[in-house]
Amino acid sequence: MLSSTAKNLYWMGRYLQRAKSTARLIEATQRMALQSRGEEAAGIAAIFGMEDEFRQVQQQGHRLASLIDFLVLDENNPSSIVSSVGAARSNAREERNNLTIDVWESLNGLWLELGARLRGDRAVLDRGALIELVMKQSVMIFGAAQVTLLRDEAYNFLQLGAFLERGDNTARILDVKFQLLCPGGDPNTSGLDYFAWAEMLACIGAVRTYRRIYRSALDPVKVAELMMLRRDVPRSVHHCLWMVDLNMRELAETYGARGEADRLAGELHARLRYARVEQIFQIGLHKFLGGVREDIATLSDEIGRQFLLD
Amino acid sequence: MAVKAFDEMNSGTGGLVRAPYRGVADWLARTSPERVAATRHEVDLFYRRNGITFGAYGAVDGHETTIPFDIIPRVIAWDEWDFLHKGLVQRVKALNAFLADTYSTREICRAGVIPENQILMNAEFVAMAQGLALPGGIHAHIAGIDLVRVGEKDFYVLEDNVRTPSGVSYVLENREVMMRLAPELFSAMRVLPVANYSEELLATLRSVSFSDEAAPNVVLLTPGHFNSAYFEHAYLADEMGIELVEGSDLFVDEGRVYMRTPRGPQRVDVIYRRVDDAFLDPLEMRPDSFLGVAGLLGALRAGRVNIVNALGNGVADDKSTYTYVPEMIRFYLGEEPILSNVPTWRCDRPDDFKYVLEHLSELVVKEVHGSGGKGMLVGPTSSKAEIEAFAGFVRARPDNYIAQPTLALSTCPTFVAQGIAPRHVDLRPYVLSGRKTTIIPGGLTRVALKEGSLVVNSSQGGGTKDTWVLAPEAGAGG
Repeated sequence: MLSSTAKNLYWMGRYLQRAKSTARLIEATQRMALQSRGEEAAGIAAIFGMEDEFRQVQQQGHRLASLIDFLVLDENNPSSIVSSVGAARSNAREERNNLTIDVWESLNGLWLELGARLRGDRAVLDRGALIELVMKQSVMIFGAAQVTLLRDEAYNFLQLGAFLERGDNTARILDVKFQLLCPGGDPNTSGLDYFAWAEMLACIGAVRTYRRIYRSALDPVKVAELMMLRRDVPRSVHHCLWMVDLNMRELAETYGARGEADRLAGELHARLRYARVEQIFQIGLHKFLGGVREDIATLSDEIGRQFLLD
Repeated sequence: MAVKAFDEMNSGTGGLVRAPYRGVADWLARTSPERVAATRHEVDLFYRRNGITFGAYGAVDGHETTIPFDIIPRVIAWDEWDFLHKGLVQRVKALNAFLADTYSTREICRAGVIPENQILMNAEFVAMAQGLALPGGIHAHIAGIDLVRVGEKDFYVLEDNVRTPSGVSYVLENREVMMRLAPELFSAMRVLPVANYSEELLATLRSVSFSDEAAPNVVLLTPGHFNSAYFEHAYLADEMGIELVEGSDLFVDEGRVYMRTPRGPQRVDVIYRRVDDAFLDPLEMRPDSFLGVAGLLGALRAGRVNIVNALGNGVADDKSTYTYVPEMIRFYLGEEPILSNVPTWRCDRPDDFKYVLEHLSELVVKEVHGSGGKGMLVGPTSSKAEIEAFAGFVRARPDNYIAQPTLALSTCPTFVAQGIAPRHVDLRPYVLSGRKTTIIPGGLTRVALKEGSLVVNSSQGGGTKDTWVLAPEAGAGG
């Protein structure tokens, strides 16, 4: 397999996961915006690290709606859903021969459908339906990958991209929202706003999961624990980094070699695996998550170096 | 048009359906228009979803368009194919001999058969390919020979393509689609399969490696996904199970070519390149090329990597060299040509030039190096103004043009907006030359979808058909 193939699959995984996470985040936020204070727009902008861009968009009209268009439809925003799907699709197109027809057809189908809707009249474009389409179809694509792709090195790179992106997304959502809800990072300062905590869980699709695990009222510390440390929650930071480590080990076995990326993946995984939520709050949640996110970024660079992806 | 074209289905004796087409005619008669419409819709979906794009340059809505596929197959009887097959093998053998000669001692020029200037002054001549001893002496490993038919027994070679002929992926995909859509037709007629093309191609590529390793590493070099034939590159690499590489995936070290992989560099023995000569090696050809590999030609000269098709093949397939091919066959093989050339006037000859200018409204005039149906004039279907304008081009550079009579290309029944109507077709079989010569039965049938149009190129709005060569028994008596 070529390094460029590994690179395309890695980025296809990242972009697709990015589109999926963004869609879920927006869907959750929109629903919550209907029943609470209306600070959601600024919150999302912060999650995407786009406070400045948002201020510019904001001057042009309604706050949440314009932000959503920016995050969903704007082709000039490289992280918008439309741009991410386009990027994933062009990575996939270059690797058509390393993907199955099922994966390609489901991704190409999403891209064609998005294109068709975007070419239509924007005034009557149903944003909600479009976001739902992206969520549903990206599940289909990942599902197709899981049930049809050969379990070889190519698959490992696709998984690496998807899980690194997903882990980073969850860490970012938790980090930003926690700071908004609990200024200073102390979970006891939160005015137990049910809707706000439920929204945070909804961003990773885990409201019901929370109920099943804790069988209790929404509690900031437990929410943080679920999103960071629960290995059995597929969008938790721990689960994602576990999967990253697993795929790195499989690659090391295939290639018979290990490097800095392997060390870092193992270390990150261990950090999440053996952490206790109380300790994290002693260190400071923001500090802990900041460290994790920084190391995820470093790991991504190291993967590029180690496998000649750059 | 004045001349009535030969229709491959309906021009049987006494206006009857010709024997090879009986199965198709029955099927058309039996199948309801609704079923046909539904089938055509299915085809369209299939092609779109699979992302089959040809993306003729200059398409308005970006670079993704699908090439129209017509569901009525084009049928060739066994004895017709047998004749074409022999002719194709002969012609490509001669072209390969000519290319080997061109880049060595040029015996054919010494013998006075072809003037040396025809070779040396040719823009496609690649001086640095001089003196290369290629495995098996093969230069044109993959040749696409464009054939046209004008009557029951009359076939002509319209042009030879020995650089990087494309389109074979449509042959394979069209067959897949057709088998899905009309299985009943396949069980009624004995159609020779084409699916082994990729296997034969891989065998051909492996057979021309310099190294004597049992499984040489073969890669397919593409200019990338912005190329109009990118789909085909990916498809063929996939079918052969080889890596699809771009220039940036390869590098040369100590005279050997390697590809970059996550486990480290891996050696490459044969490159099936779909990148033009000029872009192959920025050190020796165009320095601004990002599509090639620096040092590639050095590795070729050192006998460390073979490049398929060979460099400088354009000398053999431009439209002025074309006129010499029958002579090549006589010179190298000592045989009479089995397939005929279309009579051709070369505008660089004074007599021909005069004749062409006087008869522009009857002729087809083409650029010597043109391709894709561009830069040509179809006299009978052009306006006075268009003819005037074209006459100007020819006068300015007579050596850049050749002219041929306007042939009444055969027609095949084709689905168009009004229903089923005859449309002109051509045929491009693909000839593989390695340690042996292989041709899969049939090839690519291109069809001009516009009424009366003789231009079948997909970049000019042509479509394709599945091409059926019938097994010997079924075609007997055709």
